[in-house]
Amino acid sequence: MREPAGPAATALPDEDGARYPDDWLVVPLYNEASVIGEVVREARRTFPNVVCVDDGSTDGSGDAARAAGARVLTHATNLGQGASLQTGIRYACEQPGVRSVVTFDADGQHQVADARAMVDVIARGEAAIVFGSRFLDGRTRPGAVKRVVLTFAVWFTKQSTGMRLTDAHNGLRAVRVDAARQVHLTQDRMAHASEIVLQLGRTGLPWTEHPVHVLYTDYSRSKGQSVWNSVNILVDLLFK
Amino acid sequence: MNGNTLLIQVILLVAVAVVTLLLTRSTAGARHQAIRRLGLVVFITAAVASILFPQGLSRIANAVGVGRGADLLLYALVIAFLSYISTSHRRMNRMSRQITALTRELTLAEARAADQGHGLTEEPEMPEDA
Repeated sequence: MREPAGPAATALPDEDGARYPDDWLVVPLYNEASVIGEVVREARRTFPNVVCVDDGSTDGSGDAARAAGARVLTHATNLGQGASLQTGIRYACEQPGVRSVVTFDADGQHQVADARAMVDVIARGEAAIVFGSRFLDGRTRPGAVKRVVLTFAVWFTKQSTGMRLTDAHNGLRAVRVDAARQVHLTQDRMAHASEIVLQLGRTGLPWTEHPVHVLYTDYSRSKGQSVWNSVNILVDLLFK
Repeated sequence: MNGNTLLIQVILLVAVAVVTLLLTRSTAGARHQAIRRLGLVVFITAAVASILFPQGLSRIANAVGVGRGADLLLYALVIAFLSYISTSHRRMNRMSRQITALTRELTLAEARAADQGHGLTEEPEMPEDA
């Protein structure tokens, strides 16, 4: 047996045997106390190493994640989702034996099975970077307005990175550690989604997309990005 | 020139002097700072001249196709305000990056220390299955 990759590598009995101790889930966490415990518990059945970056939550999200067995890093003050991702990615990349880093949302939108399939793509050596996409199959049904915003995001990403992604702003990504080490996000807020695509593209490592299902629950919808937010993202990207 | 004109001239000159003092106290990179100070000298000279010779300001305004000196002043102010917004925006961005870097290092340092303290000897507390 190899030594545990971190403090969270223990606990939890094997359920179906398929466990991924070398693939770290990075979960930016900000005021999701009502759902984060369940999200972490669910994820840890497959990914024993979950690192939550508590971005100055005021509702005890960090404690909930810790209770569910996640390694919790705490920002002293709220910096934004991009900053949290970067902190988590850096921490995960420092862990001994880490193979890949998976960015995963705290609100329960993402499916662990999808993350697992994406890590498998890396494990098989088919790609170093796997972007989740909601639009490679018909499972995800966003509303009409959201669809327009996402289409624009795809176009914008194509223009700015040259990468033809079908879903530019999907938060579920699996990144092999050598690629993850080259990510240095400077966009603290929501504009990091375009930035991470750009930086991963520049690594020159092989990338691919993988169909994922995103659950638009009432909860995620209430917390999700509004159309106004896309205006803010654009401004953030243009006036760095 | 009547007494009223003189009074407002005194008030404005004092205001300019105070602003000058406040502005010269800030610090930044050497070249940037030098340029800013030269700009400041020009600004002060123009401000004093426009206060002492309001007719002169009006004449300049007329020359560039603006009705009154006061209007010219307003336009200049708009430009000055916009440049202020852009420089302060840049400064704020730089500062927030610094804060991010600081906070991240602090977070990671804390995490590493905790990992070293826990990882080898004892299990981290995990009430999960308790």
